[in-house]
Amino acid sequence: MNALLAAAGIDPWIAVCSLATVVITVGMGFWTAGKSKSAGDFFVAGRSVSVGWNASAISGEYLSAASFMGVAGMVMATGYDALWYPVCYACGYLFLLLFIAGPLRRFGAYTIPDFAEGRYDSPVFRKIAVCFVLFIGFFYTMPQMKGAGTTLAYIFPGLPYWAGVVVVGAVITLNVSLGGMKGITLVQAFQYWLKVFAITVPIFVLASLVGQYQQHLAANKTAQETVAAAPAGIERKALPAKAPTDEAWIAPFGKLTTKALDASIIAAKTPEAKAELEAHKKPYSLLYTYSLIIALVCGTAGLPHILVRFYTNPDGVAAKRTTMWVMILIGVFYVFPPVYGVIGRSLTPELYDAVGAKGTDKVVLELPTLLAGRDHPLLGSILSGITCAGAFAAFMSTFSGLLVSMSSALAHDIYGRMLKPDATPEQRLKAFKWSALIVGLVAVGLGSQVEALEINFMVGQAFAIAAASYFPLLFMSVWWRGMTMRGAATGMLGGGLSALAAITLTSISDVAVAKAKKITDAAELSAYWADHPVAKAIADSWVANPLVRILCEQPAIWAVPLSIILMIVVSKATASTVPADVRMKMLVLHAPEALGLKQEYIKEHEGLGGH
Amino acid sequence: MSESSSTPDTIHSDAFLARLMRDQLKLSVACALCFAVALVALPLLNYFQPAFMAQRVFGFTLTWLILGVLFFPFVWVISFVFIKRSIALEDAEAKAAQDGLTK
Repeated sequence: MNALLAAAGIDPWIAVCSLATVVITVGMGFWTAGKSKSAGDFFVAGRSVSVGWNASAISGEYLSAASFMGVAGMVMATGYDALWYPVCYACGYLFLLLFIAGPLRRFGAYTIPDFAEGRYDSPVFRKIAVCFVLFIGFFYTMPQMKGAGTTLAYIFPGLPYWAGVVVVGAVITLNVSLGGMKGITLVQAFQYWLKVFAITVPIFVLASLVGQYQQHLAANKTAQETVAAAPAGIERKALPAKAPTDEAWIAPFGKLTTKALDASIIAAKTPEAKAELEAHKKPYSLLYTYSLIIALVCGTAGLPHILVRFYTNPDGVAAKRTTMWVMILIGVFYVFPPVYGVIGRSLTPELYDAVGAKGTDKVVLELPTLLAGRDHPLLGSILSGITCAGAFAAFMSTFSGLLVSMSSALAHDIYGRMLKPDATPEQRLKAFKWSALIVGLVAVGLGSQVEALEINFMVGQAFAIAAASYFPLLFMSVWWRGMTMRGAATGMLGGGLSALAAITLTSISDVAVAKAKKITDAAELSAYWADHPVAKAIADSWVANPLVRILCEQPAIWAVPLSIILMIVVSKATASTVPADVRMKMLVLHAPEALGLKQEYIKEHEGLGGH
Repeated sequence: MSESSSTPDTIHSDAFLARLMRDQLKLSVACALCFAVALVALPLLNYFQPAFMAQRVFGFTLTWLILGVLFFPFVWVISFVFIKRSIALEDAEAKAAQDGLTK
């Protein structure tokens, strides 16, 4: 068996660890399937998940392929600026805790569309909200699928990309339709601890053998130093020409934030024009950094598959305690991926020369195998197997969460509320299982199409759209009595769609430019651009207007305020349509649960024949 | 709670809701400001004091140490303070409202 695996180029330890992760995931799914019976179990895990379980499960769901592999790869590729990603991924939760978590839980509803309808008494608004849940969900699903496809192709060389997408999609769809929310709560909690184990253990072993985090960081010279302050004995391989220099890599405002302007500087014709653009470099970088921070912080607070988990807490106090623990759990995790990036820069610089999934994104999987070449072949294989298992857990758990929130949207909102409001609980349960199957199929279909796009880029799109649509909606609905349905809908759609449009513009030209770069023949290149006049026009306009390019690539800095302003202006204009019982709704959102206002509110509504 | 069947005027008054929301918002905004100041200040320090932020601390540059390591515990402290205060605030509000009912 071993010989067979070795002949196919597969490390047996890696294969065993990955397989074990899949088997445990499926096993837990079957085990919990017997315990999940009611519709409540499926949609919100019976609202009885304890703080510890729920915090582990939210963290498990949140730490996706982008966090596990993407962050390390990005730190290695671009340096300091990429640190904003893990920090803001973790700290976005603070905004959720401060402004949204408690009130949302007190209001009590199965899904975000429930909240949208309940707060504004508007079935139309529910439909809009459902569309956004599905929309952002699918955007966020695609990079997870890409992670699955590329990791499987890495473990089993020769396996086509789509095979990984199909295998992972099928496993998770089975799991979700068996156990629903209650089933995946256990699985995701387990997967959080697996991911923490998989990111920490290999790096501690590695660092003890090849040198610590700070020692490898010290090997990179800052602009202020004449020689690197590297301690003796820290090994460092020569950097290829494609890698950023030490000074640019370790300092803020590096490659990530200056890419747009760098392109314009290269294209500038006169030295004066070059000098003038050079002077803009730092201010534009600062702008880019702030816009990125806003997108990540507000985006975290608006991701629908994370928000739905707050409803699984027994009460508002538990919801707050859960958020506290989630921040600690994911904060602890996010300290480590950059360590892989830093040590990877010293020891695996050859990754700079490859692109996409074979490039720096692979550093988490690649680094432990180094030990094999240092007289620790077995240790290297085991550690590599552990990180592969972590990567599996990463995209599987995030995809399960997305699948539950999207299946809920279909089964609960579209089927249960719109198509067949008088459905029995059994029918709803069946609808949930069918929805999971449909969403799973669509996700696999979409996932197999995105091999050419970057993981982190796709995740960024989902965050920016969520930041400009859901975050303003939730924030304003919770804290401002004067909001009307029209104001909320206009703001959410205006902000979300304009962010989407801006991001789409950049991705059309980026994909075309990436393809053009592969063409070496001049005649063929001009023919290629002649075939793609729109992409050419957009790409040219970026070079002429680097500031516009930055604002389109990172739209949060204008799209979030735009959304809030639209909400205020339209709400003021339609002030006569503020829901009549807004004071009662606000009381339910804000008054301590001990006062029992929720029950009173439901009674009142039943009396009116509502819902 | 037998009181809730009588007319609980205190809870349903505009004044109660306004005070409730104001107190909660005040606490949330105060905590958010602590966090926002740090988020705004770090890029500004990097921008205007690059040499200061690039000095070595235990092998890290100062700015790397802050963003890559120290930022996480800082946020934990803010959230811990917020949760403690907000739970205390809720208890106080619930008590005040129920006292108002029995009077």
